Amino acid sequence: MNIFTMDRWSPYAVGIGIGVLSWIAFLLSNKPIGCSTAFTRSAGLLERLFRGGKVDEKPYYQQFKPQVDWEWMLVFGVLIGAIGASLLAGQFDWLWVPPIWDAEIGSNATVRWLIALAGGFCAGFGARWAGGCTSGHGISGTLQLAVSSWIAAAGFFVGGIATAMILYYVILA
Amino acid sequence: MLTKLHAKNRLQLLIGFLLGVAFGFLLQKGGVTYYDVIINQLLLKDFTVVKIMLTAMITGMIGVHLLVSLGLAELHPKSGALGTTVPGALIFGVGFGLLGYCPGTAVAAVGHGAADALLGGIVGMLVGAMTFATLFPKLKPILGKGDFGTATLPRLLKVHPWVVVIPVIVMVIALLYWIENAGF
Repeated sequence: MNIFTMDRWSPYAVGIGIGVLSWIAFLLSNKPIGCSTAFTRSAGLLERLFRGGKVDEKPYYQQFKPQVDWEWMLVFGVLIGAIGASLLAGQFDWLWVPPIWDAEIGSNATVRWLIALAGGFCAGFGARWAGGCTSGHGISGTLQLAVSSWIAAAGFFVGGIATAMILYYVILA
Repeated sequence: MLTKLHAKNRLQLLIGFLLGVAFGFLLQKGGVTYYDVIINQLLLKDFTVVKIMLTAMITGMIGVHLLVSLGLAELHPKSGALGTTVPGALIFGVGFGLLGYCPGTAVAAVGHGAADALLGGIVGMLVGAMTFATLFPKLKPILGKGDFGTATLPRLLKVHPWVVVIPVIVMVIALLYWIENAGF
C-alpha cells in the first residue's frame, strides 16, 4: 500500500514527523511552530477592511501587527497540506455534523454550528489570553521546557476533558 | 545560527508555508483533524492526540536542544503569568471541548471538508481573537498577576538543560509504553 494514499499513519510516526518539523523551523527560521497568533493577525486584517487604519491604534495589534507573516503562511500551508492529504487518500467529504456528535447529540446542523461557534470563540479568546494554543504552547513550548507552556498544556486538557465529560456524561445523561 | 537566511523575508514566508503544508499533511495522516478522534481523547477513550503530542514533544526536544548546544538555534520560551496562563488555558480548554478542534486542527479539518470547523470553529476563533484584542487593555491588570516571565524548567532548577531533557524523555517514553500496554 502506498503511504501517501493510506488512511492513517501510526501516531508515533506522525509525532516524530512533527518533532522534526520543529527542528527545521528552529534551524531555518529561528521560530517555534504555532498557530493562534495567525488568528489575531487575520482578525486584525478583517477589522481593517471595516475600520481602516484605526485598527492599528489597538495596543494588541501593535504587539501582533495585522499582516501576513511566517506563522500566517504556516497556517495557510496547514490548510493546503491537509487538503492534499485528504484528496490523496480519497477522504474529502463535506460534513456538517461529525459522526459521534450525530449519534449522541443529534443530526441538527444548526445546533452543531452554534456550539462550534461558541467553542471556537472560547478557543480563540482563550488561546490569545494564554499566549498560545495546542501547537505553540502544547508542542513547541513544552519541547523548550517553558514553564508557561507546561502549565498551559495542563490547563488545555483539564478544561477540555472537564467540558467534554460534562457535555457527554452530565448534560446528555 | 543561519542569520543570513533568517533575514530573507520572502524566503522565510516560503519556508513557513512549506512547513505548514507538511504539518497539515501530518495532522490529517494522524487523524487528529477529526472531531471524533479529538473528542474521544477528551473523553479518555482514544489516546491518539496525546500519543502524537508527546512523541512530537520529545522528538522536538532532543533536536532543538541539540541545535542550541551546537549554537545553531536559540530558544524562544513564551512568557507567562498565573493571571495569563491559567485562566487563558482553561477558557481555551472549554472551547477545545465544545468545538472538538484546536486552532491548527480546525484549519486542517477544513481540508477534509469539516463544515463545522470552517463556519463554526474558524469563524468563532476569529471573533474570539478580535474580542481579546479589544478587551486587552482592560484585561491587562489580570494578565500581569503572578508573572514568571520566560522561565524554563532548567533555569528554574538552575541546572544544565540536558539534566532535565533526558529524564523527561525517559519518563515520556515510559508513559507512552504504559498507555500502549493499557490498551489505549
